[in-house]
Amino acid sequence: MSPYAVRVEGLHKEYAVQGDQAGTLYDLLGGLLGAARQRGRAAHAATRFQALQGVGFELKAGEVAGVIGRNGAGKSTLLKILSRITAPTRGRIEVRGRLASLLEVGTGFHPELSGRENIFLNGAILGMKRAEVTRKFDEIVDFAEVDKFVDTPVKRYSSGMYVRLAFAVAAHLETDVLLVDEVLAVGDASFQRKSLGKMSDVARGGRTVLFVSHNLAAIRNLCSRALLFEGGRLAFDGAVEGALGRYERSFGTAVGWASDARFDGPLAPSIRFDQFLCIQDAEPAAIHDPMRALRMEIRGTALRDIPVLDLKVSLFRDGLHVTSCHDTDGDVPLRQGPFVSTFDFPAGTFKPGRYSIGIGATASAGSWLWGPDVAALDFSDNTGGRPLDRNAGMLSIPYKARRLQDDAPAAAETSRVSTEGGGPP
Amino acid sequence: MRDAYFDHQHVTVIEPASGWRMLDWRELWAYRELLWVLTARDIKVRYKQTVLGAGWAILRPFLTMVIFSVVFGQLAKMPSDGYPYPVFVYAALLPWTFFSNAINASAQSLVGSAHLVSKVYFPRLIIPLASAGAGLLDLIISTGILLLMMLWYGVGWSWNLAAAPLLLMAVVFAALGVGTLLSALTVAYRDFTHINPFLVQVWMYVTPVIFPVSLVPERWQWVLYLNPMTGLVEGFRSAFLGKPFDVVGLGVSFLVAAALFVTGITYFEKVERRFADII
Repeated sequence: MSPYAVRVEGLHKEYAVQGDQAGTLYDLLGGLLGAARQRGRAAHAATRFQALQGVGFELKAGEVAGVIGRNGAGKSTLLKILSRITAPTRGRIEVRGRLASLLEVGTGFHPELSGRENIFLNGAILGMKRAEVTRKFDEIVDFAEVDKFVDTPVKRYSSGMYVRLAFAVAAHLETDVLLVDEVLAVGDASFQRKSLGKMSDVARGGRTVLFVSHNLAAIRNLCSRALLFEGGRLAFDGAVEGALGRYERSFGTAVGWASDARFDGPLAPSIRFDQFLCIQDAEPAAIHDPMRALRMEIRGTALRDIPVLDLKVSLFRDGLHVTSCHDTDGDVPLRQGPFVSTFDFPAGTFKPGRYSIGIGATASAGSWLWGPDVAALDFSDNTGGRPLDRNAGMLSIPYKARRLQDDAPAAAETSRVSTEGGGPP
Repeated sequence: MRDAYFDHQHVTVIEPASGWRMLDWRELWAYRELLWVLTARDIKVRYKQTVLGAGWAILRPFLTMVIFSVVFGQLAKMPSDGYPYPVFVYAALLPWTFFSNAINASAQSLVGSAHLVSKVYFPRLIIPLASAGAGLLDLIISTGILLLMMLWYGVGWSWNLAAAPLLLMAVVFAALGVGTLLSALTVAYRDFTHINPFLVQVWMYVTPVIFPVSLVPERWQWVLYLNPMTGLVEGFRSAFLGKPFDVVGLGVSFLVAAALFVTGITYFEKVERRFADII
């Protein structure tokens, strides 16, 4: 009879697409008179969005589970429901023990109050008793490295200090269940290392953790189990590698779109994206050679004249944004009809591994579209025989380097302006 | 002493929101410290901002009293049941200022705390309660000034004063009731952001703050008493100035205040679940 910490059964969450927004007095009066409600109901029936459907799982006490999936797959909704911020439409959840969630750092921090006062305020908001906060005060200040500034108003803190302090308070909660939503994505590199370290302490301490992240490396390190969400459903629940494998496979091949690619934004209805190709030596390919030049082609159709259109391709690795490339210098119109945008990359630009592709466009002020994770690019481990250390990193940049010994060059200059491979095909 | 509510074995059940549900008093009690912390924060922030910050809380009703005394007491020669006008109006301004400030602050409190409501769980009722509660300190300080004024004018200081704490509680309940009702309505129907200040303004004119109840013809006085603040304000005058208590009027006001309190809290609980989705 192993105790469960969290049990979720038949969870459904539905939203009305206009956002469950505040009504107006007209709605209130109309509702009282019965008239507006009729109209409203008919309109609502057509526009309901299923954020979560039929989700069920059980977490045992002490398990550390990762939650992965595209944006919009339902991860944050799940956390919000578990945190009781929003109510489920159907289903039942049981949580044993005290639950705390970190959906954002610095919840409730007030800029006019000092660090000390905010620690107590934030602690109280997160459910800590005053005595508890007092007991952990020194530890918190220590972790955040703000001892000298603990009595100055937080509006004077640098953003780094602010984030460290906010995380420090939350990280020292003594709860049975902890939900973490991407909060570790903030802060600089050393802070992220520290927070991940703290997270693994928490995990080892026997607490049940549900960890939502796009940082797949962190998920691999911290979690013993992963839940993959796709379009509001729990698509995979089990070993981390299995979930990650399925997640990455769902991105689709380099030729063609991912199975559930979608484009959002006011501009989206105006452009239809037909094909996405990656070509090396005049042949479209599924796996690419990092040591050869590559051309990306986006073929689409503009469904109307657009006075100014800027199209960009964004590259991501492990959930981090590597770079974005634009197809024009700006101020170039797109006429109604088919178009092809090409991007040429010199040989040796990419590293082995997988890049996921997002495509976006902006027209005049406020009009945009964005399709995250619409395709993926895979590069093989062909690095021309160089040591594997040179595979590290997300992207190569052009550079020249040399080493001198006794005023004479020790070896031939190294240059990233590569002479291997060819130019554009 | 560990609250059973936060115990390791306590199982929390999360289910879809059903129509009407009772207020979970145990939960509210378990979070009492948060109520205290948020109230303290509101007070602290108000006082931290300016030198006059703390002073304004007392200065405003006092200055209002001075202006009213000049305009209504002297120029308009408003009757005041035989008491000096300044004391007469100030005794009424005290509960009224608390009430109006409390409901104005409460009404906007939820919408203004959207960042909290959408990120962390705690009984939402705490938010309007905290913003109403922040005015209590001002009320207590202003009461001190009223007592001084009573000495100055040589009125009051009778056994009626014993009723003051009870009246205070009644005003607080009325303010909490109306405040929570308005805060929930403001979240659900944004029009109330504009309606509320206007409502409060009009409310003052149908409450006998500036004028005595006796100014209104006797056959219409019952209309005035439909307003719960009428009985409470007159009750304050009775307690501090020594006027005889109007027991019937006071009774009606207590009942209406209690009814408002129950309605406010109940409606709030009904709408609470949808807050994060709407805000």
